[in-house]
Amino acid sequence: MHVLKLIFENSFRHKLRTSLTILGVTIAILAFGLLRTVVSAWYAGVEASSASRLVTRNAVSLVFPLPLSYKEKISQIEGVKGVSYGSWFGGIYIDEKNFFANYAMEPKTYLAMYPEIIIQDDQWNAFLRDRKGAAAGKKLAERFGWKIGDSITLKGTIFPGNWDFVLRAIYRGRDDTVDETAFFFHWDYLNETLKKAGRSWTDKVGWFLIEIENPDIAAEVSLRIDRTFKNSLAETLTETEKAFQLSFISMTEAIVIAIRFVSFVIIFIIMAVVANTMAMTARERIGEYAVFKTLGFGGFHIIGLIFGESLFITMLGAALGILLTFPAAEIFGKELSQYFPIFNVERETIYLDIIAALVIAFVAGLFPAWRAIHIRIADGLRRIG
Amino acid sequence: MDKKPPIVEIRNLCKTYQRGNQLISVLKDISFNIDEGEFLALMGPSGSGKTTLLNLIAGIDKADCGSIRIGGVEITSLAETELAAWRANNVGFIFQFYNLIPVLSAFENVELPLLLTDLSKKERRTHVETALRVVNLADRMEHYPGELSGGQQQRVAIARAVVTDPTILVADEPTGDLDRDSANDVLDLMERLVHELGKTIIMVTHDPRAANKAHLIKYLDKGVLNARPQTDF
Repeated sequence: MHVLKLIFENSFRHKLRTSLTILGVTIAILAFGLLRTVVSAWYAGVEASSASRLVTRNAVSLVFPLPLSYKEKISQIEGVKGVSYGSWFGGIYIDEKNFFANYAMEPKTYLAMYPEIIIQDDQWNAFLRDRKGAAAGKKLAERFGWKIGDSITLKGTIFPGNWDFVLRAIYRGRDDTVDETAFFFHWDYLNETLKKAGRSWTDKVGWFLIEIENPDIAAEVSLRIDRTFKNSLAETLTETEKAFQLSFISMTEAIVIAIRFVSFVIIFIIMAVVANTMAMTARERIGEYAVFKTLGFGGFHIIGLIFGESLFITMLGAALGILLTFPAAEIFGKELSQYFPIFNVERETIYLDIIAALVIAFVAGLFPAWRAIHIRIADGLRRIG
Repeated sequence: MDKKPPIVEIRNLCKTYQRGNQLISVLKDISFNIDEGEFLALMGPSGSGKTTLLNLIAGIDKADCGSIRIGGVEITSLAETELAAWRANNVGFIFQFYNLIPVLSAFENVELPLLLTDLSKKERRTHVETALRVVNLADRMEHYPGELSGGQQQRVAIARAVVTDPTILVADEPTGDLDRDSANDVLDLMERLVHELGKTIIMVTHDPRAANKAHLIKYLDKGVLNARPQTDF
């Protein structure tokens, strides 16, 4: 069909200009995709959180503990299916730059609420048997070259001293939305060591993790829990796991907003670049469009040619940008794994890339198309020669 | 036997352009007829209004007053979309600079006007091949404009103009960009179109040799049509 041939051939009449424009779109879509992936990575913990899990913490701040004795009271509250607990440990492995999440928890009840964390049976049993045992995510173990049976020493920041662990299990996620960079160990080990040292955090936990019978009753159960401990020495704040995760993100929300803003600025800039290309193209071909109109082709055909070319150039650049986003995200993910445990290009990001490319193509073709269909044939023909 | 009505009937045609605050009258009260199968040359100095008159007859510009009837259709009353459809069916255009689409082959350029018709692909091919045979370029149909000489390009343009079998052919300085031999070939071809195929041609030209091929020459000077030249040009 002539129209498709015309669109294709016209696109490459100025090979250098078209190639540079396609390169620009490719880089813009790649940058846009990576920035959107950073935003998604920021919210990965929120996305992975379950609607049937609640987190209860000290109402004053997360840095204040709650008595372990609350566990029994919480488990008796209507709507509660299971209760577990944990404490942030904040240990450092060799050097501060080797940051990763590490915390103490009661493994049997805690991991029972996380079916998405998968541990082989033999490793799971070994982990349960060994009070100094620890479990690490697959990515974390790969990062430091840890193997089952390795001794790992963390330097305590909240709980001073060197803490020795033996790696008994390496877990993997059920899918790629599960964080595989965490390190956890027995809360009993932490508690007993603190008791021996006569420290203040004994028989206290950082948070309770609560499984509820039905996600729809999350608000009611949260209220019941907080009401139970009202006017106690340690009042509680209970929220869904999602809200709990969001409360961390809200501290860095300005950065997320800035990244989002920059991603749209990139699209706006490339829109101007493609619009400039299309404006130059249409100006050069105004005589040809006049010939088409002379032969009886209507505005619809002219619009088709201009938007077709704009769409072809933009979508070619976008396709390359999308294809490059995956290997680029993999490299970024590896390099930034300590900050972003989950760095996957989401399907929504690809949809956004495509929508952005379509918007670029449409906006870039708008003015040239308007100009081409409104110019008088006689004026257009005068441009030739 | 009754005489056929003229194929082109122009009455009291006028056209004015605005340049800044000034109104310039390009065509003043033009009236004439052209019979079917006639070859008319319009001559006149630069700025006399020849191309404007040709554009009005071809339906690519709008008159300010007067009437243009072509093949019985009053084209001054047609809307823009109706005029585009009318042009596609009734007018073949031959331009000074050929105006072929450089990224399409000779065959595809000639086929362009047929894309607006209901003809099948096979029927289009037959028409295009016939048109290219008429202009003696059947062996160059896969060539691109850049691979053809100026004369050959103009012949492709003529094939494109006649492929829909239009009511009239309009030619604006068809030999203006050609060397003497190529110009002669093109003029001979246009003569053949009139004599052998009965085409009606209206040609704007500066070239007296080209005008001499026409049956009738009309002269435009300062927007007024005359039977003989009023000034040298």
